[in-house]
Amino acid sequence: MEPTPPVDLPSFKEQGTDQSLNRRAFLLGAAALAGTAAGQAILRSVEAQSADAPADPTRIPGAPPTSYGRRSSFERATRLVGTSSSLTPLQDLHGMLTPAALHFERHHNGVPRIDPGRHRLLVHGLVERSMVFTLDELKRFPAVSRVAFIECSGNSAGEWRRPGGRSAQETHGLLSTSEWTGVPLSTVLREVGLRSDAAWMLAEGSDAAAMTRSIPLAHALDEALLCYAQNGEALRPEQGYPLRLLLPGWEGNTCIKWLRRLKLGRAPFMTREETSHYTDLMPDGTARQFTFVMEAKSLITHPSGGHTIQPGFVEVRGLAWSGRGRITAVDVSMDGGATWLRAALQEPVLPKCATAFRCPWYWGGQDAILQSRCIDETGYLQPTRHDLIAVRGTHSTYHYNAIHSWMVSGDGSVQALHA
Amino acid sequence: MRDRSWLLVAAVVCGSVWASGVFSADSVGNVSPYGLGRPATEKELQQWNIDVAPSGEGLPPGRGTVKQGAQIYARTCAQCHGPSGVEGPSPPLVGGRNTLRTANPVKTIGSYWPYATTLYDYVYRAMPFSAPQSLTPDEVYSVVAWLLHRNGIIDESTVIDAHSLPAVRMPNRDGFTSDPRPDVPIK
Repeated sequence: MEPTPPVDLPSFKEQGTDQSLNRRAFLLGAAALAGTAAGQAILRSVEAQSADAPADPTRIPGAPPTSYGRRSSFERATRLVGTSSSLTPLQDLHGMLTPAALHFERHHNGVPRIDPGRHRLLVHGLVERSMVFTLDELKRFPAVSRVAFIECSGNSAGEWRRPGGRSAQETHGLLSTSEWTGVPLSTVLREVGLRSDAAWMLAEGSDAAAMTRSIPLAHALDEALLCYAQNGEALRPEQGYPLRLLLPGWEGNTCIKWLRRLKLGRAPFMTREETSHYTDLMPDGTARQFTFVMEAKSLITHPSGGHTIQPGFVEVRGLAWSGRGRITAVDVSMDGGATWLRAALQEPVLPKCATAFRCPWYWGGQDAILQSRCIDETGYLQPTRHDLIAVRGTHSTYHYNAIHSWMVSGDGSVQALHA
Repeated sequence: MRDRSWLLVAAVVCGSVWASGVFSADSVGNVSPYGLGRPATEKELQQWNIDVAPSGEGLPPGRGTVKQGAQIYARTCAQCHGPSGVEGPSPPLVGGRNTLRTANPVKTIGSYWPYATTLYDYVYRAMPFSAPQSLTPDEVYSVVAWLLHRNGIIDESTVIDAHSLPAVRMPNRDGFTSDPRPDVPIK
């Protein structure tokens, strides 16, 4: 089945047929597939998994250690892959962290293959000394680790005009959270000596888009990390290997991947990615520019679109995050926002980091509309869709952060809707 | 006990090294605090310093015409952007004027882009999609000239170069505002 493509994101389709087949589709399609070579290969792989799992694993010695671990062959969570991005399966995950292999992707001309031994970072412009750093040198600086979310400013872009996705992955999958490790930008800029007239910084990637964004220097000095590691190991290629800029809480495209150059200047450089794209068109025809921060947003990930629940106890689970700081509270509603319950927040609650929330619910089998709303430490309250659109209209593409609704029907099925 | 006294000694040493200025450098000093990295060479700066600012800083020598641009566009761009810049399959480059406040806004170079210099920067760094950074300065200036002409911004005889491009005033130059958020009233 072909999901509705979100605005600004080319068509998505699930890849790796054997990975994405659910059991029902498998059973329905098995007869037809059996006649083809590909189908027989799939059948063999599925049968092999079940055959490999002994009825009583305590009676058979297990597998030996391996040099690089893999998940169980029974696990099926995958990114939903489009032509220039892929979406994190939020509905299949637990807790606040995203496995590196499931972190969303957005590339502007593919994932480059980079030899870390040859990679260089050039820092120049309004500095005392234009300098070049190797990756080994960047790793010698004092390091910092920080858990932070990255959200594409186009996340949920398909929701501005109508319900644009059926699952949490389709509506909110351009959000992921990792522990990032690297050297603070301020440390490296101290090494090159900032000139007093430097006010903006151009960051450039070494991908085939030579992706560039201008960043206000004052903010970058406070927050930016030059990262070489994610969740304890080297960055994944699709996350910027071997070096990426991290600006916690700011729109994902500012976190330039495959970082090769930083240029200090007096004014923004007005690149294509901060003029024709990543600017927010308003109803009066003007557009907002340099809309960096990702405002507070939350989503119920369980139960969510595509799930089927059973009557009885259901733990409502989700994520909340704010680019302005910590989440202070999350409320959950089972009646479309008429009444709200305070959810429990899972520690640690970190600034500019996804926070897991949970709320117990007894589902009696009646229709229900599930919503969550969050508040951050600045007092900002996640808006309703009605209030958000009243201010911004439906053409701004980026920074959609309205309260999201899931409709639970009497048969337990869960679907997206705009309540 | 021994571990703790080692930590204390280490802290005192680190503190005095910091205070003595070995690791400190003021913003105009010649000392690199950690002594890492090396000076960039002129060649490295030339190779990578490809950005073009609205002032025109970064534009290379060279020139381009609308006529030459039409040929280069047909050869290297039309496959994705359509013969006249509107047919696609990629989003349109031409047209859309006076649509931004309508129910169907069309964002193009002519209707939306605030700076003409961004065109040079982007076409050189990222286009054509299958072979970025392959066009010569004259070719980029020419494609830029053709795109500006097709959008009704320059006439057919205008030559585009490092002097004329920053002087081109784009129709939507004043169409951008700064970020007013938080902007949604709490009810």
